[in-house]
Amino acid sequence: MTGPGGALAGDGAGLAWRDGDGAGLAWRDGMLVLADGTAFEGEVLVPAPRGTSPDVPDGPARGEVVFNTVMAGYQEVLTDPSYAGQVICFTYPHIGNYGVVPEDDESRRPFCRGVIVRELTGRPSNWRAVETLGAFLQRHGLWAIAGVDTRRLTRCLRDEGSMPGAFGPVDGGPGGFDEAGLLAIARAEAPTNGRDLVREVTCSAPYTYGEGPYSVVAYDFGIKRNILRNLASVARVTVVPAGTPAGEVLDMDPDGIFLSNGPGDPAAVEGATATVRELLGKKPVFGICLGHQILAQALGASTFKLPFGHHGGNHPVRRLASGTVEITSQNHNYAVAPGTFEGGVDVTHVNLNDGVIEGFACRDVPAFSVQYHPEAGPGPHDARYLFKEFAELMQRTGAKPGRTGSFEPAGGNNA
Amino acid sequence: MPKREDISSVLVIGSGPIVIGQACEFDYSGTQACKALKAEGYRVILVNSNPATIMTDPDVADRTYIEPLVPEILEAVIERERPDVLLPTLGGQTGLNLAMKLHETGVLERYGVEMIGANATAIATAEDRGLFRAAMTEIGLAVPDSGFANNLPEALEIGERIGFPIIVRPSYILGGGGTGIAANRQELEEIAGNGLAASPINEILIERSIAGWKEYELEVMRDCADNCVIICSIENFDPMGVHTGDSVTVAPAQTLSDVEYQLMRDAAFSCIRRIGVETGGSNIQFAVNPANGDMVVIEMNPRVSRSSALASKATGFPIAKIAARLAVGYTLDEIRNDITGETPASFEPTIDYVVTKIPRWAFEKFPGVPDSLGTRMQSVGEAMAIGRNFPESLQKALRSLETGRAGLNCDPGEKLYDAMSDDELVGRASIGTPERPFLLEAALRRGVTPARLHETSGVDPWFLDQIMRICEERDRLSQLGSPGPLTRRDWRKAKRLGFSDAQLAYLWSVGEDEVRSARLAARTRATFKTVDTCAAEFSAKTPYHYSTYEDADEVVPSSARKVVILGSGPNRIGQGVEFDYCCVQASFALHDAGFETVMVNCNPETVSTDYDTSDRLYFEPVTREDVQNVLDVESASGELVGVIVALGGQTPLKLASAIPEGLVLGTSPASIDLAEDRERWNALCSRLGIPQAPGGTALSTDEAVRIAATTGYPVLVRPSYVLGGRAMEIVYSEDDLVRAMKAMAASGSLGREGGLSAERPVLVDRFLEDATEVDVDAVRDGDGEILIGAVMEHVEEAGVHSGDSACVVPPPTLPQEAVKAIEAYTRAIADALEVRGPLNVQYAVQKDPDGSPQVFVIEANPRASRTVPFVSKATGVPLAKVAARVMTGSTLAQLRAEGMIKEPVTGYVSVKEAVLPFDRFPEADSVLGPEMRSTGEVMGIDATFGLAFAKSQLAAGDNLADGGTVFFSLADRDKKAGVSAASGFLNAGFTIAATSGTAAYLEQAGVPVSTVVAKVTETDAATDRGAPTERGAGADRGERDVVGGVDAVELIRSGKVHLVVNTPRGRGPRADGARIRRAARQYKVPLLTTVAAAKAAAGGVAERAKQPFTVKSLQEHHGRG
Repeated sequence: MTGPGGALAGDGAGLAWRDGDGAGLAWRDGMLVLADGTAFEGEVLVPAPRGTSPDVPDGPARGEVVFNTVMAGYQEVLTDPSYAGQVICFTYPHIGNYGVVPEDDESRRPFCRGVIVRELTGRPSNWRAVETLGAFLQRHGLWAIAGVDTRRLTRCLRDEGSMPGAFGPVDGGPGGFDEAGLLAIARAEAPTNGRDLVREVTCSAPYTYGEGPYSVVAYDFGIKRNILRNLASVARVTVVPAGTPAGEVLDMDPDGIFLSNGPGDPAAVEGATATVRELLGKKPVFGICLGHQILAQALGASTFKLPFGHHGGNHPVRRLASGTVEITSQNHNYAVAPGTFEGGVDVTHVNLNDGVIEGFACRDVPAFSVQYHPEAGPGPHDARYLFKEFAELMQRTGAKPGRTGSFEPAGGNNA
Repeated sequence: MPKREDISSVLVIGSGPIVIGQACEFDYSGTQACKALKAEGYRVILVNSNPATIMTDPDVADRTYIEPLVPEILEAVIERERPDVLLPTLGGQTGLNLAMKLHETGVLERYGVEMIGANATAIATAEDRGLFRAAMTEIGLAVPDSGFANNLPEALEIGERIGFPIIVRPSYILGGGGTGIAANRQELEEIAGNGLAASPINEILIERSIAGWKEYELEVMRDCADNCVIICSIENFDPMGVHTGDSVTVAPAQTLSDVEYQLMRDAAFSCIRRIGVETGGSNIQFAVNPANGDMVVIEMNPRVSRSSALASKATGFPIAKIAARLAVGYTLDEIRNDITGETPASFEPTIDYVVTKIPRWAFEKFPGVPDSLGTRMQSVGEAMAIGRNFPESLQKALRSLETGRAGLNCDPGEKLYDAMSDDELVGRASIGTPERPFLLEAALRRGVTPARLHETSGVDPWFLDQIMRICEERDRLSQLGSPGPLTRRDWRKAKRLGFSDAQLAYLWSVGEDEVRSARLAARTRATFKTVDTCAAEFSAKTPYHYSTYEDADEVVPSSARKVVILGSGPNRIGQGVEFDYCCVQASFALHDAGFETVMVNCNPETVSTDYDTSDRLYFEPVTREDVQNVLDVESASGELVGVIVALGGQTPLKLASAIPEGLVLGTSPASIDLAEDRERWNALCSRLGIPQAPGGTALSTDEAVRIAATTGYPVLVRPSYVLGGRAMEIVYSEDDLVRAMKAMAASGSLGREGGLSAERPVLVDRFLEDATEVDVDAVRDGDGEILIGAVMEHVEEAGVHSGDSACVVPPPTLPQEAVKAIEAYTRAIADALEVRGPLNVQYAVQKDPDGSPQVFVIEANPRASRTVPFVSKATGVPLAKVAARVMTGSTLAQLRAEGMIKEPVTGYVSVKEAVLPFDRFPEADSVLGPEMRSTGEVMGIDATFGLAFAKSQLAAGDNLADGGTVFFSLADRDKKAGVSAASGFLNAGFTIAATSGTAAYLEQAGVPVSTVVAKVTETDAATDRGAPTERGAGADRGERDVVGGVDAVELIRSGKVHLVVNTPRGRGPRADGARIRRAARQYKVPLLTTVAAAKAAAGGVAERAKQPFTVKSLQEHHGRG
């Protein structure tokens, strides 16, 4: 009588019931102010003072405000390095319902700058949970504001585009702010355009992951663990820092090269485009998200910033080869500009909501990429076949699997 | 791929009458499907026996057959219409079963009709337990193990195989007797033994118990290109063990992480693909072990279901409409999302609010039936509410139910729980009942730990914690003591947790108006958000709104002339789909007349809550506060012409006094009161010279007894301001009257709905025995012209609630002079009440000793009645549309000139028959009385009364046999009338069986009786397992002789009887004969409980013997097709 759920990790105990507010959190009357002056009331959770995270500002929380429409998967979103520099507004009102599960982290820690919710669940319920979301935020020194009319905020960002914002307590207490102060801080916040955020999130030294039959080198622009889990079922993955020169990678003689997701403006990632250009044609290349944009740049295409990006788990994408529709997990602010490739490229996937290029493949060299997230985490599994296609591409280009084994896409969390 | 061009006509099967488990959600789905297919240019042929639906309105389909949903009739329709394809997935289980029958009997093949949506193999795989289990196992999904056993060794073997704990359910038993949970082999031995003995066929179902697991549902859609999407996830508040239709459910799923949710999503896609549902929507239920995440598939519905209606309303994604288009060949990406207007339907809705659905039950209508919930659905309706968090949506849903509660306790209704000990609260909350949410809150507020409540009830800690938030906020508000000290942030916090002004008024012992004005003074007012399928990612074109307490409003100011229509809330017995029909018709008519229409309702099953029915939809509780909020926002711009309160039953009518006087459209609130105020109404009737049964109003038992003493017994007692004869009773003695009054007072079930008061007295009237009851529906315009819609004669005599009685248009037996008098009285009453809009008047016609008819008026209601849709279909005059136009200023003359009112159609007979839910309540007696208990209705149309009546019986599920034996067991007072019924059957070729007393009377009157049996008495209770002991009150001693050792129940059980006519005998609680009726129901023999119905049936079978049923569409009947 074990269902697929039986394969999930968890201690089986869930969180014991706690009296009072689960994490003993102190909420303070606060305010969120966008750079255009729009203000929102709420209650702010100020991170406990701690000295271990030097990149957490003293306050107030500030960054480019984006909204995400997933209804579950907040933990994966918060720990996705692609959100570096951003403040995330969740459109679903109850965030924290099932607590936090270490296995579901997408990276070593959250890189986002703050969280905006309607309601932060004090006492979660799920057999796998080991921590409340509030405690998780405190542990990572992450700012949060709750009680916000997040739908108004979302409509505002949708109509006006993503913009910087700042939030903090306005209750007259210690370390408090006022509306004018928050506005000034929001206005002073630099936009993500032209900023290389990858250097904030990439690993400092190479490491390996997985035992799959092929060998793959993965450029870490902010790689998500679920990508590694999926790659691991295909390959033994060597993750390298974003700045690793092409020659070093080619010296490793991998069967394929993977370009990961990551934060910010693809045009600002130093050296990556040139590196990829050097690699093209020498090894099969597969890119996801920022990796897709960098591959496009290497092929001569340009990128542009979307008004408010795609952040959610319900975007329909047409796979042009079959005509079928896959529901995809998305998280990007930039996209490849149509008609800017120098040639030799076929668009393979298109977003049905707004026509954004969601994937392409090269005709002359073994390389393809997608803008969205086939690894899910969070989101649907509809596009996992792409990892299999990567394996097939490596096979077609003459790679010999290091050991025999059949390909199976990885499970949802821990492969 | 685009739509199919190789087909031109589509047959759609509706779901028939509203019954428990299959309600007006299929009116919503069928209407959407018919409209969508028609818009695609297909010729749509609809068959449905239910006249109270929008879908059976003649302009929804091209050909509308209001005919019984049985294979022979369907074949006749197919033969006549020759449809290319049959769409079986939108008419509930009825539609699906019927389509399968037509497939199995070769009808579809014979006429070359293709089944679209789901094929026969897919349907069989989903519906057959064994096939489903095998299919799921094949794709690696777990299902709860089970097996049938016919003896103890088999039971033990199955038990060992499945593993403990195990549920044992005896087959074919009434009321769940013999069911139990076994934790080990020893217990199984005992429980299985009892179960085998309890089952009349010595069979038990043994199933692995997953009671207490978390229950989820996913709504899946698939198109012919194999694209699959999830429209909505639903989590049940009540754990496994309570039928999902009886569970409080919440969308989206709350306590699943994305990891778990995606596994469930993958499983759902595997399931729909393996079952082979080619296109359309399916509902898949899962259970998850809260301790370790194990997941099993419970079942799959390969069709649009109640949950898909809920999912559609919860997300704004119109599942039925899309399913219909997918069935004719479109793919999801070819269909636009109506709401955004730009993005395709091939996506998964994401929502930014919480939806809570709560069922509404009718246990108070079925004395003796315990209100515990289980695996058999018992609710009759549901309310849904939308809020920005669970507490808000829960409290809104609870006040939407209209059971006298203002939210989750914090109202007078909570006093009931104050008297209970902690242990009693916990104990009661441990099983599913309608009270469970209230009990949980009461327990938590007292300090019972959530851990204990989770342990005992299985309700997930997350839900308990959210209820705890309500308790904590209440404590805080209570300490504030009055509205005065609340800051804007305080108000917002309270309102965001769903507290109604009425709850706060109770908490602070102040008036609701005082709370409201203090709140508004603190700048805290309801804001309206939009349901848009995409959490505001795209701009929404569709004005579908709900209230919450936020910064910003999204209602777009409109400069149009607007009419607000108040809907009827959750379906209940007495107030069902008929009123939704009226509201929807009004919306259509007023939109066509150039008004902007605004609908307010909270019933997710209905057409009225479809986002494209009205120009604007507010999915809101129909309460004073919530309606006021809508009026505030609608008054802010444009011209608010007014509010229609007369079409949604009692729910909106009760709010008339709370709406600014000038805004109530149609008949004035003063006239509405005049019709309800007994004293003034009596004075009016006497001034108009209209006879009434003598009576009066009572506020106490003493008063009631005094009135009865002057009128003489029997008397009819009923509370005022209720629909459906709630708590209505005929009493034959003073003792009975005292008991009935007690039942109505504060301690009784009605007490919880507000009890008795000067505003709500009890009416006590002399009961007119053996009278014929007559209903009239009319509309009067502002110029004083009156349109009589129809005069309906009831088949059952006065004393049976009009909603439970069959009725006939035109009146088959009423003398012309009586009809004339009735019409004249109706006009006089309409004029005197200055009615402007609909009016329903009920009469009783008694024969004077000299044989001339005497007409008494029973009551008049200046609102639409539940017969409006039936009358509209019987006469071709759209009464609800006419009423709506008249209420907004048009005259009948204008509407005639427009062509809306045509000459009423004649030339055929229409019979409306009630459908009763007794099969769901085995403990209740199935006799008809003054308290309405039917859930739905069917209509039979044919050339003569006999044929139309026979058709109505067939449609209601009682197929009158062509021949065989009719068994009579009559009360003394019915024996004389029974002679003509019996001889009618005799002449039609039947043989007669009867209990000895009845037999003696019939033979004396010249009717030969072939079989004479004993009546059942308490002495042979052993032969009738599971039935409560009957006291034998009023039993006729002369009937106790056992003839040939066979009694009535045994005779019925033997299968030799084809129709049972049993009329309740005696006076007082008409319990006698209950065994016979119960046996008829158990062995599925058609049962009639009045002689009038028996006579009509005799006429019907006689005529049917001469000519078979023919079918004809409504468009042809109306001469407009």
